[in-house]
Amino acid sequence: MASANWPEKKTWSYLRDRIDRVDGPVKATGAARYSYDVNRPGMLYAKVLYSQHASAKINGIDLSGAKSMKGVKATWRDEDLIGSEVQYAGQMLAAVAAVTEELAQEAVKQIKVDYEVKKPQVIDDDPEYADDRASRREEGNLEEALKGAEVVSEGEYGLPVVTHCCMESHGQVAEVKDGELHLWPSTQNVSRYADQMGEQVGIPGNKTHVNTQYMGGGFGSKFSHDKWGIVGAILAKQSGRPVKLMLDRDMELMAAGNRPSAYSKVKVGVKKDGTITAMDEEVWGTGGPANYRPPPFPYVFTGVENWRQVGRRIRTNRGGQRAWRAPNHPQGCLITMAAIDDAAAALGMDALDFFRHNTQLTERPDVYREELDVAADMIGYRQKAHPRGDKTPGPVKRGLGISMHQWGGLGHPSECDLTIHPDGSVECKIGTQDLGTGTRTVINIVVAETLGLALEDIEVKIGKSAYPQSGASGGSTTVGGVSASSRLAATSALNALLDVVASELGVSANELEARYGHIRVKGDPTKAVSWKEACSMLGPSPINKKGVNDRAESREKGLIDGGVGGVQMADVSVDTETGIVTINEMVGVQDCGLVIDLKTAESQVYGAMIMGITYSLFEEAVYDRTTGSMLNADMEFYRLAGLQDVGDLRVHMMGGEKYAKRGVIGLGEPPVISPGAAISNAVANACGVRVPYLPLTPERVTDALEKGGMSV
Amino acid sequence: MKPFEYAAPNTLEEAIGLLGEKWGEAEVLAGGTDLVTALKQGIMEPDRLVSLKNLTSLQQVELREGTLHIGAMAPLAAVSENSTAQEHFPSLVQAIEGIGSRQIIVHGTVGGDLCQRPRCWYFRSGYGLFGQHDGESLVLNGDNRFHAIFGNEGPAYFVHPSSLGPALIALDATLIAVGPKGKERTIGAGDFFKTPQNEDERETVLRPDEVVTEIRVPLHGLKNATYEVRHRQGFDWPYVTATVAFQERGGTASDGRVVLGHVAPVPWHSEKASQSLNGQALNEPTAKECGQAAIVGAKPLSGNRYKVQLTKTAVKRAVLSAAGIEQEA
Ligand SMILES: Cc1cc2nc3c(=O)[nH]c(=O)nc-3n(C[C@H](O)[C@H](O)[C@H](O)COP(=O)(O)OP(=O)(O)OC[C@H]3O[C@@H](n4cnc5c(N)ncnc54)[C@H](O)[C@@H]3O)c2cc1C
Repeated sequence: MASANWPEKKTWSYLRDRIDRVDGPVKATGAARYSYDVNRPGMLYAKVLYSQHASAKINGIDLSGAKSMKGVKATWRDEDLIGSEVQYAGQMLAAVAAVTEELAQEAVKQIKVDYEVKKPQVIDDDPEYADDRASRREEGNLEEALKGAEVVSEGEYGLPVVTHCCMESHGQVAEVKDGELHLWPSTQNVSRYADQMGEQVGIPGNKTHVNTQYMGGGFGSKFSHDKWGIVGAILAKQSGRPVKLMLDRDMELMAAGNRPSAYSKVKVGVKKDGTITAMDEEVWGTGGPANYRPPPFPYVFTGVENWRQVGRRIRTNRGGQRAWRAPNHPQGCLITMAAIDDAAAALGMDALDFFRHNTQLTERPDVYREELDVAADMIGYRQKAHPRGDKTPGPVKRGLGISMHQWGGLGHPSECDLTIHPDGSVECKIGTQDLGTGTRTVINIVVAETLGLALEDIEVKIGKSAYPQSGASGGSTTVGGVSASSRLAATSALNALLDVVASELGVSANELEARYGHIRVKGDPTKAVSWKEACSMLGPSPINKKGVNDRAESREKGLIDGGVGGVQMADVSVDTETGIVTINEMVGVQDCGLVIDLKTAESQVYGAMIMGITYSLFEEAVYDRTTGSMLNADMEFYRLAGLQDVGDLRVHMMGGEKYAKRGVIGLGEPPVISPGAAISNAVANACGVRVPYLPLTPERVTDALEKGGMSV
Repeated sequence: MKPFEYAAPNTLEEAIGLLGEKWGEAEVLAGGTDLVTALKQGIMEPDRLVSLKNLTSLQQVELREGTLHIGAMAPLAAVSENSTAQEHFPSLVQAIEGIGSRQIIVHGTVGGDLCQRPRCWYFRSGYGLFGQHDGESLVLNGDNRFHAIFGNEGPAYFVHPSSLGPALIALDATLIAVGPKGKERTIGAGDFFKTPQNEDERETVLRPDEVVTEIRVPLHGLKNATYEVRHRQGFDWPYVTATVAFQERGGTASDGRVVLGHVAPVPWHSEKASQSLNGQALNEPTAKECGQAAIVGAKPLSGNRYKVQLTKTAVKRAVLSAAGIEQEA
């Protein structure tokens, strides 16, 4: 019997190898069809009318102008909103489906909305605007600890609201055919995308079919069908024709989710030897009209004995927050890591020594110490390090910064259906989705590894709700979920095959193994049959097995686990005459247990670091305080980093028995957490002053230099 | 986007005949890198576009009798790759090389760069050229981090987006504009730009029925350079540019010109900074002083004080670069 446990390293064929993503060629050539690319015969185009005002009562929405236009086939308005209020500019009011995109756009302009405009509130960084009720959490005796500290440092740290800015906006193509609803959405949640749609569209769930083969990014913003998903389906039903409804970029940035802001005042007390003894935080920020949960504090250094957090929500007329790649961690990380870095500087202790010393206050001291050492070697920390403030002459200062982060990443519930056909072909179905992370590739590797076959011998089918249920891709849970379910399914199918082959060969199934395209007797490769031959012994009926990832069981078996640490370091230059920050080099050292594909794993980390550099240097949702409208709801002023902006990035995935034996752990989120803190700390190390808030733009950097008496 | 009529005439005369008497009736279409965006944003809604793409004679870049003649329809790349420009007008080449992305440099034209509309995010969001709401300036009360620090008495607070304008002014360039009946005007680059006082005015002295046909840059032997302060490397505008030009003899400057970009509703010729160079030895202190002189009279708005510091630095670095002095990193 083959065991479902991960094989020993010496027998790995694909695991931890550098394998190209299997769908790379179709993506690179444009053959891959994203939701945006799906075109159905007779399809209509839907356009959305959104609120121009951030705060207003809607007295009426008059669709007659749009309805009377030739070519307009269906309309919708939000009945519930009439007589009530919009919460933010960009909120959906109505929609039109027409025979061309241009016509739909024109028709939307004909819709008349009777607004009673109110004064909006979009300011999110001034605690004066916060709710009166604060949340409080504390442990130990803060006052005492601060009094007893060798050094108490104080600082302000913060990050603005940023959006997900997925390359493909939200939306779907919907079609009603023979009473059944077919959807091609851009979603992170194929299996359950349509769960609550049925009732609102009037088509039951068992007649709803979701198909997402390729999608252009979600980052936590695409779990739900959203109102526009329902509306698209309603328009399709109304018109009897397929309808494509994809958000335009402006509405995407205003309405389709964002990362809440966090601004803080922090005090840190440390002992002479560098041990952190006290941390005190006041934090405020906005999630739009939605709730606000203060970010984790103290972050990573959860063993700090005395601490307090007072959190306040600022309610704003801005689009509501959604999970943004590692929800709340980038905020928590920046605030804690920058505050303790300032404490190290105040104490006059080298930052690396300081972080290393305080790993005792974390949940994974060994892992962090190892990672700090690896990262330090990679970036040449000991050679380059200097105390805060680069004292070399000239306006351009250079500095290093460190950050540490943590994440869970335990695989989600997932089911896999695996078939071995008598002709030797193998088919693997999972109702999961590939967000661009390499999910398809990972499943392919796991099944090929388990069956001893080549990658191209396996057909991986994902992205349909008709396939066995698999969790939404959030919380870095996908790789664990699908690798466990596919490993379990493939193992059990293989065992069924081994039984058949064993009786044909007159050996016990326990003596057999699947390797190099053969079923063979362990230790005696001469006694072997080819995979095809073996499968032909099945007669007419294929083997079909299910693999179910039960999280607790899989964890026990060592198939998957949760809980990782990572370290990043940045080497930056700051032009103190212009405030321009340049990334010279950045290293990411990450643990994710057993690495299935080193290449796609590293790519995840590279991508996360680029996303992190983007929010560190450029990104921010800017709102006008008078009108409440978003001023940069486009790709011009909503700035993202380009290749020339990211510097030299290097990644190291922790490996070896100690890490691999924990099984597979998720990776999507952890590496996006640290860049803000690593870069902010590097800037402080370079120019000698802390720039309180991200992004580190010329205006913020020059302002901090001036206030710190460092301007030139 | 509002539907429009599209014309691609074969002669200049025909093209001019198709333009309107008032702004907004018809627009000249060159490379379209700005205009098409503006159409999509709904901030320009002409009834007709008059494409100049068939007027191939307007695409030439030629050295004749000590003057570089640049056709208004010449792609930006045709200038930055021109050997005369590279040798004599580094400030112009640098201004082009800084622009957005390779695609824009290849597709955008010189005439289009000079006539492009402001990037002000209030303007681009549909609040009009001056960014007003209920008769009040949203810019003054709102987020003006990218707005003007000079010439900002209002109602215009935007910055002129052209980086080529300052270079052409510093290099004594002239523009040729042709109107109805072939009527030709020669306009000094410095006189071409103007600060509109009404929403329906434009940012240049061009008339609605005129086409810019050519830009002439004389070889006056000026040392020159442009320095940009640019945050994001790809696909973006600079925060500030400074073009500096002067005659140099024996390490001393005369006939100085300092023209700033992206700091005022027009390319901003700094008299004081220009004069500060004259008779001075070209060295770091002179460059620094020139930078200081350039910011005299700056009136930052609530959120763009940092641009004063950036301007000072850009000017200093442009002077050093024009003088061929290596700067300390
Ligand atoms: C991402 C990005 C970054 C950029 N960065 C910079 C930068 O750093 N510095 C900079 O200077 N520019 C920058 N630009 C602007 C770019 O240089 C201009 O978009 C381009 O030069 C316009 O040329 P075009 O031929 O495409 O003009 P079009 O878009 O065709 O026209 C622009 C305007 O000029 C008018 N026009 C064009 N030609 C004539 C003519 N011959 N006579 C009369 N009117 C005419 C048109 O009617 C229209 O109003 C950037 C643009 C983008 C998109």
